[in-house]
Amino acid sequence: MNLSMKWLSDYVTLDTTVKDFCAAMTMSGSKVEVATEEGSEIKNVVVGKLLSVVPHENSDHLVVCQVDVGQEQPIQIVTGAPNVKAGDIVPVALCGAELPNGVKIKKGKLRGVESNGMLCSLGELGLTVHDFPYAIADGIFIMQEDCQIGQDIHEAIGFNDTSVEFEITSNRPDCLSVTGLAREAAATYHVPLHIPQPQFQGIEGNIQEKLHVEIANKEKCPRYAAGIVKNVKIAPSPRWMRERLRASGVRPINNLVDITNYVMLEFGQPMHAFDLRYVKDGQIIVRNAAEGESITTLDGVTRTLSSEMLVIADAEKPIAVAGVMGGEYSGIMEDTNTVVFESAYFEPVQVRRTAKKLGMRTDASARYEKGMDPEGCLRTLERAFELVELLGAGEPIRTHIDLNYNEKQRNRIPFDPDWINSFLGTEISRESMCETMKMLEIEVDGNTCIAPSFRIDLERPADLAEEVARIYGYNNIPSTVIKGIANASLTPKQKFRRTLENATVAVGCYGILTYSFISPKYFDKISLPADSNLRKTVVISNPLGEDTSVMRTTTLPSMLETLSLNYKNRNAAVALYEMGKEYLPTGTDTLPLEPDRLTIGMYGEDADFFTLKGMIETILETAGLHDCTYQACKAEETPFAETCALHPGRSAVIYKDKTPIGYLGEVHPIVQKNYDIGTRTYVAKLLVDEMQPLAETEISYQPLPKFPAITRDLSLVCADEVPVGVLQSAMKKAVGNILEQITLFDVYKGEQIASGMKSVSFSIRMRSHEGTLTDEQADAAMKRVLKALQEHGATLRA
Amino acid sequence: MKEQLEAIRNEAEAALQACTDAKQLDAIRIQYLGKKGALTAILKQMGKLSAEERPVMGQLANTVRADIESAIAQQQKTIAEAELTQKLQSETLDITLPGKQKKIGGLHPLTIVENEIKEIFLGMGFSVADGPEVEYDYYNFEALNLPPDHPARDTQDTFYITDNILLRTQTSSVQVHVMEKQKPPIRVISPGRVFRSDAIDATHSPLFHQVEGLVVDKGITMADLKGTLELLMQRLYGDDCKIRLRPHHFPFTEPSAEVDVMCYNCYGKGCRLCKGEGYIELLGAGMVHPKVLEGCGIDSSIYSGFAFGLGLERIVMRRYNIQDMRLLFENDYRFLEQF
Repeated sequence: MNLSMKWLSDYVTLDTTVKDFCAAMTMSGSKVEVATEEGSEIKNVVVGKLLSVVPHENSDHLVVCQVDVGQEQPIQIVTGAPNVKAGDIVPVALCGAELPNGVKIKKGKLRGVESNGMLCSLGELGLTVHDFPYAIADGIFIMQEDCQIGQDIHEAIGFNDTSVEFEITSNRPDCLSVTGLAREAAATYHVPLHIPQPQFQGIEGNIQEKLHVEIANKEKCPRYAAGIVKNVKIAPSPRWMRERLRASGVRPINNLVDITNYVMLEFGQPMHAFDLRYVKDGQIIVRNAAEGESITTLDGVTRTLSSEMLVIADAEKPIAVAGVMGGEYSGIMEDTNTVVFESAYFEPVQVRRTAKKLGMRTDASARYEKGMDPEGCLRTLERAFELVELLGAGEPIRTHIDLNYNEKQRNRIPFDPDWINSFLGTEISRESMCETMKMLEIEVDGNTCIAPSFRIDLERPADLAEEVARIYGYNNIPSTVIKGIANASLTPKQKFRRTLENATVAVGCYGILTYSFISPKYFDKISLPADSNLRKTVVISNPLGEDTSVMRTTTLPSMLETLSLNYKNRNAAVALYEMGKEYLPTGTDTLPLEPDRLTIGMYGEDADFFTLKGMIETILETAGLHDCTYQACKAEETPFAETCALHPGRSAVIYKDKTPIGYLGEVHPIVQKNYDIGTRTYVAKLLVDEMQPLAETEISYQPLPKFPAITRDLSLVCADEVPVGVLQSAMKKAVGNILEQITLFDVYKGEQIASGMKSVSFSIRMRSHEGTLTDEQADAAMKRVLKALQEHGATLRA
Repeated sequence: MKEQLEAIRNEAEAALQACTDAKQLDAIRIQYLGKKGALTAILKQMGKLSAEERPVMGQLANTVRADIESAIAQQQKTIAEAELTQKLQSETLDITLPGKQKKIGGLHPLTIVENEIKEIFLGMGFSVADGPEVEYDYYNFEALNLPPDHPARDTQDTFYITDNILLRTQTSSVQVHVMEKQKPPIRVISPGRVFRSDAIDATHSPLFHQVEGLVVDKGITMADLKGTLELLMQRLYGDDCKIRLRPHHFPFTEPSAEVDVMCYNCYGKGCRLCKGEGYIELLGAGMVHPKVLEGCGIDSSIYSGFAFGLGLERIVMRRYNIQDMRLLFENDYRFLEQF
């Protein structure tokens, strides 16, 4: 909403600067976006009179003018404009003048003749022919204004208003008007508000003979008022009206159209004007459209309507989409003689749905959909008639039609100043509250407030509290601390997440955050089989684009995209993690599961499988997941479909007891290529939610050992394909409860070892908590170990 | 004999004076005090002495032995010190050479600030609640007094999954979940991702983060809301930080406010950072709308509450002077390393 400050001053007298006005209105609830002083870019342009215009001696298209600009001597200006003659009154940009297009006027010579300024066109002043309909677009602005030679141009043409742009929230459609904002200004500054009742003479006439109105759908249109203006004379509006429309951001068109716009800006209520010639049989029916019925609207577009839409129809066809836009052929034209003014109340949701469905948000629909004042229809109509007479634009018939089926009562709200104070934390007197109500036209009747008809947002005591608070000033409300104490801590799950995240940072990873939605193409990039469950996603019905169209069922592609970007940006080595969700569908009408996942990705000089595995082991240990096991990925029975994106010989599923809790591995060379990463890349994913209940968070102290340990080293030879993990668990079982630790210290293949075999060396530490271990006990344990290892074909290295 | 003993002592002490290493010292000890040493040799002659002379000489011999031993110990200490000094000198490092770093990673800047805000509120007795990001229309809109066809829905360009399921546009949806599950007193914050169909540019992202706050109890006032937000901002921006509340409209709060924080660059005077305003818009807040309370089964004639929602990106970008929001979601290592 753009407010003309000149217009505002019709209703309220403020002794303040624009800057203070903007600040005060913002703080009382009408937020100012920006205040624009009209023509502020124009400097040093004055009214001049052309004393003489003679041809330029060296040019056949230039003329030399002597111009009286109110100074002692006339000034000489050379111009190429063809439309000037002696005696014309024109805007003159003097030397040093500035114009809206950034031009600065300097003294100069044009083909040898001195020129000390410039004559201006409308365009050069930032205006159009809509502002001055008698002027021409291409040529100097020959002024027909009542002004003085030498007068500043702003004053001379009324280009000195200030337009204040307000952001009006959707609950305050009453403020989409000059009078509404004037009411707010009056309440803000505690000054009187003066809105005169419209006065008009009107002519005798029986409106019923010319126009018949019927409302078929009274629920969607509870009120319809209409009047007729005869002997219409279409002409441009007077300057004051054009100025105000311009300052309000509305283009002047002609007197009749301008009046409807002017009244809408003034009171908020949209109006529509029909040419009576094209209202078939003088019949207006407010009804639902027939399915498939069509109308060509004022913007020239033919629109097909559906049966839930409301139209204004004549005896035959729709002539307007109710509350949205009028029809093209029944609009005002140059030869229009008799006009029907419509001022109606349409039900907000109806208008909103129709406008949305037709894809046409208009100034009118934006107002109706927020809820207009059903009691405001008549005043608007009368004001329009007043303006018609004032402008001499026609002769309104004194009587009008007003079908009123509105049953909505004004809201009555309990008024309890003590409750309001206890709700706000203030000590405002009842008198002061009543004063606020009065300024806002809220009627106080004992312990009840009656909301004005234009304030549909006032329903409850809390709404009254807001009115009191905003006029009192939010910043005058004290600041207090919430009473009482409260017990708060993170939940075990939240703590677990934090522990995991801190551990992941400690092993060298940086946190990333990626979008929750991905492209369905990403599944192909990770070589996911066509029938994979992960391709069943939660799909966004109105995505920004395909790249962000489905909710991810796996975090892996997001990590790979990020690694790819980093590789492309020539970051030589990176280690990243994301703590983020996956979205796993559960059905079409139910919400997906949203489990948390810890995803890790890395590449670079130090990145290899065992570095990543070591990081994972550290993270799991820190988080209380001890003794996790790792099993090589087998395509046919993997619990994670995404492991198809991993190197089959360099990937593993991680188990805690028998629960799969994640995977890790090297990215498959094909996938790595799909992501344009030119180096071996490693990824891991941990199922945070599934891990949390398995984590040991209780720590119980173990006494330090009292008795010495015995350590035995063991070098074995076994077949290459026997995993070290298998040997280790066999040894563990064989040693029994005196085992303290098995440490692998060497794996060797090559010289002195038969091909297809490997040498593996362990250090086994044993200790008893009951007494000093004897050599015999240790020897016996080692014998058991060797026997157990034999089963895996491992023997002592010679 | 007495002269012999004195001579041995003098000789030994002279030898020790000249001695500079442990090996030499040992040789001296053997030479004088060893089984075949000079002193032993003298003592072997003790038998030849008279009964009167024997204890006198014996005592003298012991004194001489003790003196030599103490001199040896003294010299030993001196030598050890010299050797240590020598060793330390030889081990001197060029301490300007680079250290061997143990590289650790870092949290994402949004996580850093989110954690900080959580700490502040935990300290004020708030719990942290989580809620679904893919949400029913009911929780995101309807229960928050935004029925279908409410004009305010337009201001939140929503991603829909079905007519009834959407990506939450605000963490306010968690308010409803919390109030359905928990009876007052309630003090909770809920940080998380929210989604709006804004095209990606320097100040917009289809995904961003909010932190929601909700307090419901008997006697909660708008002054409490102000006090709580003031504490938050002072903890985030320093004790001299001031806030300003402006009336606004949110369907789920009444009264509603937009909250500005005094520009920390110009302290309210107006500068380029705050576009001359002196204040920077930071969050929305208000008293929980009675319809919202009642929809969750909380009697609005007994209980009142306040709620607020703040955008995390804005706070993070201002704190670290990040001009382009895309950097936060691009995750370039050179960016992440800086936090």
